[in-house]
Amino acid sequence: MHKPRMHLVASFDIAHLQYLDEQGRATQALPDFATPDALQAMYRQMALARLVDDHAVKLQRTGQLGTYPSSLGQEAIGVGTGGALRRQDIYCPYYRETGALLERGVEVAEILAIWGGYERGQDFRHAPGDFPLCIPIATQLLHAAGVAFALAYQQRHMGAEPRVVVTSAGDGASSRGDFYEAMNLAGAWKLPVVFVINNNQWAISVSRRAQTAACTIAQKAVAAGINSLQVDGNDVIAVRAAVSDAVERARAGGGPMLIEAVSYRLCDHTTADDASRYCPPDELEAARAREPLLRLARYLGHAGLWDSAREEELQRELAEIMERELLAYRDWEPEVPTAMLEHLYATLPEPLLEQYDELAAMPPPTGAS
Amino acid sequence: MPAITLVEAVTQALAYELREDPRVVVFGQDVGVNGGVFRATDGLQAEFGGARVLDTPLAENMIAGIAVGMAAQGLRPVAEFQFMGFIYPGLDQMLSHAARLRNRTRGRLSCPLVYRAPYGGGIHAPEHHSESTEAIFAHIPGLRVVVPSSPGRAYGLLLAAIRDPDPVIFLEPKRIYRALRQEVPDNGEALPLDRCFRLREGTDITLVAWGAALKETLAAAEQLSAEGVEAEVIDPATLKPLDIHTIIDSLEKTRRCVVIHEAARFCGLGAEIAAQINEYAFDLLDAPVHRVTGFDTVMPYYRLEDCYLPDMERILAGVRRTLEYPA
Repeated sequence: MHKPRMHLVASFDIAHLQYLDEQGRATQALPDFATPDALQAMYRQMALARLVDDHAVKLQRTGQLGTYPSSLGQEAIGVGTGGALRRQDIYCPYYRETGALLERGVEVAEILAIWGGYERGQDFRHAPGDFPLCIPIATQLLHAAGVAFALAYQQRHMGAEPRVVVTSAGDGASSRGDFYEAMNLAGAWKLPVVFVINNNQWAISVSRRAQTAACTIAQKAVAAGINSLQVDGNDVIAVRAAVSDAVERARAGGGPMLIEAVSYRLCDHTTADDASRYCPPDELEAARAREPLLRLARYLGHAGLWDSAREEELQRELAEIMERELLAYRDWEPEVPTAMLEHLYATLPEPLLEQYDELAAMPPPTGAS
Repeated sequence: MPAITLVEAVTQALAYELREDPRVVVFGQDVGVNGGVFRATDGLQAEFGGARVLDTPLAENMIAGIAVGMAAQGLRPVAEFQFMGFIYPGLDQMLSHAARLRNRTRGRLSCPLVYRAPYGGGIHAPEHHSESTEAIFAHIPGLRVVVPSSPGRAYGLLLAAIRDPDPVIFLEPKRIYRALRQEVPDNGEALPLDRCFRLREGTDITLVAWGAALKETLAAAEQLSAEGVEAEVIDPATLKPLDIHTIIDSLEKTRRCVVIHEAARFCGLGAEIAAQINEYAFDLLDAPVHRVTGFDTVMPYYRLEDCYLPDMERILAGVRRTLEYPA
C-alpha cells in the first residue's frame, strides 16, 4: 500500500506548572507574590474554606441545611483563583467554590443561606458585580464570555478601566457544548476572560477517564485557538501564579486563557451522594496524601513559618469566625412568601397581583429547615 | 414619510435605539455584513460599526448565554435567532438564567435583553423554518413574550422591549414581514407592553389573534361585517404577561369569543385565554370559547402548510359555530 505524503499543519504542547511538590518542597524558585505573609494568608483562607465545608456538611447531616457540595481537597483552586482577581473584576463561579467565594468577600453566612434555601444568600453584599453560584453545568462559562464582551466594550467605548472576568467549572463541564462555545467565542473575539477548570477527577460518579479521551482538559483550548495551561491544583502557589498571569494578560488585551487545575475530590459530590459506591478507596487514599493544606503547611514548616502553636492559634481564630457566621445563618431573616414574586420582574406585572395577594395572605414558614 | 414594512420597522427601531443608547448592541448569525437573512439588520453594521453590530459564531446556545452576561454587566443586548426553529439550543439559557437571574440574586443582577426571532409559517420554507412555539416561552416565569402584527406595532413594541428592564422574547411574524406598508414616524415613541390592542370595534363577537394570524382574522371580520356581524378584534401583542382585562371588557359587549393562533392547539395560548375567561368571566359567556388553531401535529413541509394554518374559512366556521351556539 502506498502511504500518501502529508505535512504537518498544526501541533500542540500542554505545559504543566508546579511550585510545591507533594512533600511541600519547592520545585523551583517561587514567584514574587509568594511572601511569607501572602503564603500564610492563603493557608488561612484554605483552612477557613475547609472549616466552612466541614460545618456545612454537619449542618446538613443534622437537618439544618439543604444539599451541600463540599470542596474538600480542592481549596487551593478556589483560594488561588479568587486571590488573582482585583476587587473590580467579575467572578462567574460554578457551585463548588467555597475558597474563591471567601476570597471575593462573600460571607460564610451567605454561602450557608444559599444552601439553606434562601435566594437572598446570592445577593453578595461584598461582591455586588459577581455572578451567583451557577448550578446548570457549564452555562456560566457563556455568561462570563458575555460579561467579558461587556467589560471590553465599556473600556473601549465608555471610558471604563480595563477589567477581567474569571469563571470556573468542573471537569465534567468540559464535555458540554457551552464550554467549547464559550472558549470559541472568547478566542474569536479575543475577550478578557479566564476559564478555570477544577479537574477533581469526578463528575458525580463518572471518572475523568470516562469523561473524555483527551489526555488533558487544557488541550481542549487548542481547538478554540486560545492559550491554555495545566497546573497542579493542589499547589495554591501554582494556581495563584497561573491565574494571576492569565488575568493580567487578559487585562492588557492579550485575550482569553484556559487553566486546568488538577486536583481530587476528597468528598462526596454533594451531601446527597455516596462516593463509596464508585470511588476506589486506594485511589482516594493516594489522593489524600497530595492534598493542598498539608502541602503548604509542610512548606511553611520547612521554612520556619509554621508550627503547631501557630496552627492551634489559627484554628481558634477560625472557630470564632465560624461561630459568628453560624449564628448569623441561624438568625437569617426568614423569607416571606411574597418574596418569590417580588424579584421576578423589575415591577410586578398586574396579572400577577392576584397571586401576590394569595401569597401575602399565607403565614410565613416556620424556622424548621 | 415613506411607508415601511414590518421588517423595515424592526430595522428602524434597532437603528433608533443604537443611535440613542450606547449600551445597545445587536448580534447574531449573519446580522452584520449581510444584514440578516430577512434583512432586519440591513445597513446597521455600516452605520454603527462592527463593535456594536456583530456577526457571531454559529451557536444559538452561545448567543443566548452571552446575552445574559452582557445584560447583567450593564449592556442592552439585542440578539437575533435566525428562525424560531433554531432557538431551542438557547432555551436552557433563556429558561435557566435570563428568566431567573433577577429573582436568584434578589434583584442584584438583572437581564434587560431582547431575544428576537422570525416565527410562524406560510413562506414555503424548509422544515424547522415555520415554527410557532410561543407557548413554550409564555410558560416560563420571568420572561415577556411579545409579538407585533403591524409595522407601527413592530417599531413601538421593539423599542419598548429593548428599554424594558427584563428579558423579552420578541417574535416577528415573518409571513407578514412585507405584507403591508405603513407610515411609521421614527420618533422613538414606544408602545406599551403588557397591554392588548383593540384593532377593530364590534359588538357581536370577540376575535383574539396575534402575529400573522391577524391578517386572516381581520379579513374574516370584514367578511362578517358584510353579513351584518360586527366582530371586535383584539391583538394581545404581549402574550405574557397577558392583559386579560381588555379581552373581558370586550366580552361584556359581545359575550362570545374565538381565539385564533397558528400554533398547535394543545396547551397553546388559546387554552390559557379560554381558561382565564372561564375563571373571570364565565357568567358573561353565551357560548364556550372556541379555538381555531394549527393542528396538533408537526408543522408540515410547505406542500401542506396552507392546510395547517388557520385560514379565513376555518375562522369563519369557528365564528359561525360560536354565534349559533347553542343551536
